[in-house]
Amino acid sequence: MSEQLLNVAGLGKRFGGFVALDCVDLAVKSGERVGLIGPNGSGKSTLVNCLCGTLVNETGSVTFDGRKIDGLIAHQRTRLGIARSFQLPRPFLSLSVAENLRVPLLYTVDARPGRHRMTSAELHDRCLELLRLVGLEEKAHERPVDLTQVEMRKLELARAMAAEPKLLIADEAMAGLSQSEVTDIVALLIRLNERGITVILIEHIMRAVMSFSQRLVVLVSGRKIADGLPEEVIRDPEVERAYLGQ
Amino acid sequence: MRSLPFLIVSLVVAAIIFMIARTFANDYVFFAGYTVLQFVVLATAWNILGGYTGYVNFGTAAFFALGAYTTVFFHKAYPLPIPVLIVIAAMVSGLVGLGMGYLTLRLRGSFFAIATLALAVVLQTLIVNWDFVGGSRGAYIIRPREVAILGSYIQYLFLIMLLLSVAAIATARTIERSRLGYGFATIRDDELAAEAAGVPTLKLKLIATMISGAFMGMAGAPFPYYIGYLEPASAFGLPYAVNSIAMPMIGGTMSWIGPVIGALLLGTIQQIATVTISSAVNLLLVGVLLVAFVIIAPNGIMGLLKRGRRKT
Repeated sequence: MSEQLLNVAGLGKRFGGFVALDCVDLAVKSGERVGLIGPNGSGKSTLVNCLCGTLVNETGSVTFDGRKIDGLIAHQRTRLGIARSFQLPRPFLSLSVAENLRVPLLYTVDARPGRHRMTSAELHDRCLELLRLVGLEEKAHERPVDLTQVEMRKLELARAMAAEPKLLIADEAMAGLSQSEVTDIVALLIRLNERGITVILIEHIMRAVMSFSQRLVVLVSGRKIADGLPEEVIRDPEVERAYLGQ
Repeated sequence: MRSLPFLIVSLVVAAIIFMIARTFANDYVFFAGYTVLQFVVLATAWNILGGYTGYVNFGTAAFFALGAYTTVFFHKAYPLPIPVLIVIAAMVSGLVGLGMGYLTLRLRGSFFAIATLALAVVLQTLIVNWDFVGGSRGAYIIRPREVAILGSYIQYLFLIMLLLSVAAIATARTIERSRLGYGFATIRDDELAAEAAGVPTLKLKLIATMISGAFMGMAGAPFPYYIGYLEPASAFGLPYAVNSIAMPMIGGTMSWIGPVIGALLLGTIQQIATVTISSAVNLLLVGVLLVAFVIIAPNGIMGLLKRGRRKT
């Protein structure tokens, strides 16, 4: 029986008078593949930011891997095992592609208790291995500014993977990708999941979400309106009305 | 080149510079050289926080003056040799850097810059009202005429500043190539993404502020002996803030070489201008060069060289 990895209870976030998240509950079991969908502005990225510590939620609490993580800042949560990719890629522009991956290795993986410090050669090999996984090995020594949009999204994913997370949150990682590229990324995420990484996939591309998710969660205007098996959720009339269109 | 060989090479270069300086019959070389080297230390120190992490500090004068006034304090209370004063100045400035950082590093961009300026003003006000170190009357420090082995005292001061420069450059270079250097670069590039990647940004920024402040204080410690008369208006003067920002920006902020080039170039130009025209023209020169470089070459001289190399 897989235990609960993430438990979000009553999460609320406001920006001044605007309620971005309204009492959101979410439970994710270890090893699950969860899809999160919702119209633009529904609060998906805000939810991710609150989970990862980039934003601080006003109400509610988040429990990860058995401990309450409210009050922990972003880098502490990353070290505990939550990693995320950003919706708009945010690479480190002054570092090379391989060096971008070195950072989470140095500051997250190496910093975990019980891990020995990797040597320079081990770090280098690990960076190349991760780049190979996303198909960016040839660009290892290029600057992110010379990458295409698609390659930058892959780098973004690779950087999140480099932190060796227990939970990976992919925030619209496939926007703008071609059909075959979407299939590739979905296959990659499923491979990661098979290795034991729990994945929350936030996407608009329904084909990817349906083929990937074991469970589908729908967010509209900051509230969760559906949470269940993908085939049942998309047939829910409220979901159809709010998101898919009748 | 690894850190230790670099340090040895730098010391050799420093020794050569010192020997060449001694061949001049005139002590002026040492006076002018001291000022240029002082800027090498200040520019390199500034760059550790401003260039590597991207947090622009307008309060260089505060740390520099802290070092100088530490010397004045001990000169009046209990005279100590300069190397000891330098160590004490490093600790005082480093601690103040830590304190300042803790108060201001949660602020971003221009807010941080303004806060550092404000802190410099606060410190200046405190010193002006502190009678023991002379307050606004200033403090006289009589420089000994001679020192054993070397001869004139100014040569001793020049040598100290030379060694400080080597220490600052070696530190900056070691940081640049280390795990810490990667952390600093990510803070500069994208602090949010850095946090998400596991970088403890506040802790690293505090480290940068401490190291930066400590070296600025060390540069200030011998200053009262050099200048003979120290008063707040000149110790906290605008040239320190402006120069320590302009020199790395003109030389290039991404590596340790930039501040050195900027300091040597600008420092020498300013010394020549002081002797040929007047010292009042110095700030004008810095201003003009800074504007020119920001427009033409925002990545400084090192940026221009890199661009040239990429084209070939």
